[in-house]
Amino acid sequence: MVDIPEHLLLRSAEARAKALGITVEQALAEMKGESAPTVVDDEPEVIEVDLPTPVKAEAPAPVETPKVEEAPAKAEAPAPVETPKVEEAPAKAEAPAPAKAATPAPAKADTPEEVDFAPEVKVTQRLLTVVKAKPIQKAASEPVDKVNTWPHLMLPEFISLMAMMAFLILLSAILQAPLLEEANPNITPNPAKAPWYFLGLQEALSYWDPQIAGVMIPLVIGLIGFAAIPYIDRNKENNPSKRKYAIMMYTFFLAGAGTLTIIGVLFRGPGWNWTYPWIDGIWFDDLLDWIYFE
Amino acid sequence: MAKLTLKERFKKVSAGSGDAARASKFATSIFRPGSPFRKGYSDSPRNRSYVVMNNVLYHLHPVKVKRHGVRLSYTLCLGGMSFFLFIVLTITGIWLMFYFRPTEMAYADIQALQTSVAFGSLVRNMHRWGAHLMVLVVFLHMSRVFYHGAYKAPREFNWVIGVILLFLTLFLSFTGYLLPWDQLAIWAVTVGGNMASYTPVFGAQIKFGLFAGLEATTATLLRFYVLHVLFFPFIIVIFMAIHFWRVRKDGGISGPL
Ligand code: HEM
Repeated sequence: MVDIPEHLLLRSAEARAKALGITVEQALAEMKGESAPTVVDDEPEVIEVDLPTPVKAEAPAPVETPKVEEAPAKAEAPAPVETPKVEEAPAKAEAPAPAKAATPAPAKADTPEEVDFAPEVKVTQRLLTVVKAKPIQKAASEPVDKVNTWPHLMLPEFISLMAMMAFLILLSAILQAPLLEEANPNITPNPAKAPWYFLGLQEALSYWDPQIAGVMIPLVIGLIGFAAIPYIDRNKENNPSKRKYAIMMYTFFLAGAGTLTIIGVLFRGPGWNWTYPWIDGIWFDDLLDWIYFE
Repeated sequence: MAKLTLKERFKKVSAGSGDAARASKFATSIFRPGSPFRKGYSDSPRNRSYVVMNNVLYHLHPVKVKRHGVRLSYTLCLGGMSFFLFIVLTITGIWLMFYFRPTEMAYADIQALQTSVAFGSLVRNMHRWGAHLMVLVVFLHMSRVFYHGAYKAPREFNWVIGVILLFLTLFLSFTGYLLPWDQLAIWAVTVGGNMASYTPVFGAQIKFGLFAGLEATTATLLRFYVLHVLFFPFIIVIFMAIHFWRVRKDGGISGPL
């Protein structure tokens, strides 16, 4: 006999002991052939299965032949479904065998519609657990009101693009982009302003001594914090009336950034001093031709 | 013979001439089944699906979308606008590259472009105003996403991608700002670089790396040029692809509110 590792033997002995309600030592002894195998009294339920076969009476289809040969084979050797209880085979072989023999092969040929090719099925498996039939991916989602992308989305898109294009061409035809004198590192304009989208930041920086590098910390963290918004805001609602705090915060941010940017663009002149655009003019060269247009 | 209206006459002429061309082997090799440009296209639900499904646009759009998502008032088309502006900027930008050298000649090239190249001024203006517009539109897109709470599960990560796109848009705009090599360009970029140098710990290194030196020189110009025409566009296209892909994988547009 093949040497079965001890730990595997023990594990199966435990399983066997649990199934048959005997001690582990007993099960181990049985498995090693040191004592007679335990016979379970309550026979597993016998299920009658009636399955119609598409076999024609005149020409026995090949599917039938193996069945006929199988019956006697089963009587001698333990049926394949019984393999887990190999040791019990000799005891049980008597019970199922007559039943199978009782199904005469010629009878099948006579009444082909009522062939029992599996007259008895021994159920040897037990219910371990019930796994709910829940798919990993939702195959059928809730019905949503949908429309065809063509034309209901693509047409409006196309029209918006054309409108945007027309707007941009028109804007570019009437507004000249600025081009000042050639770059000269030795002549610093006063004031020197960043592009408009950084002017809010430049304005904010002007309030503190920029040498205090700490100023950048809240700003940098603030911008990185922007990316973290979905992970900070755990409120699942997206109805505006149920997320007033978030909306308030963002609106504060918009108002603050907007105000700082407008101040930076329009209200700052030489030396970063406060100027009024309607009195002192606008110190923002990007708008050069906008301002002096006409 | 009954007098035909102008519309009917147009129909008659266009049907006769167009059909032969549209049925030709050449045309059918270009336009796949279901294309409105193919002969025999009729407006049916099946063909409406085919227009998208058998088309390269299938990479961008699903066959069907939520009804509320196509209302212009929901997305305001701002995301689509950002993308479209990016494409316009790419096209005009490539065109500008034909006339521009990122050297001491940069300023002269821009002057020549404006004065002696056909449509030079118009294309330059489109590129510049388009860039400003894109920054604005991307920002507005972000705001609309925020006000719709569209960053909530399962779209958290697409918001993060979006913030990266915002930064890339700003970097693209900022690096382009230097290229005309005039007083506006060099000093705006100097101010921006100085702001970057206030970054704690690495500030000086960041500015040095950005400027390829201590101040804005033609070395800076070359550096910004490469970043502007190659590096950032390359990166932003990758992130846009992920962004659009996630919009679909996260179940299409969010909402309704
Ligand atoms: C280059 C910049 C960007 C482009 C081209 C772009 C493009 C798009 C497009 C085409 C959509 C489809 C829906 C719509 O049009 O609104 C979309 C959705 C979205 N975008 Fe962007 N976007 C950009 C930047 C951003 C930024 C800065 C953010 C946020 C920080 C962001 C976050 C989102 C989110 C969360 C969605 C899903 C919205 C929903 O499902 O309602 N995107 N984007």
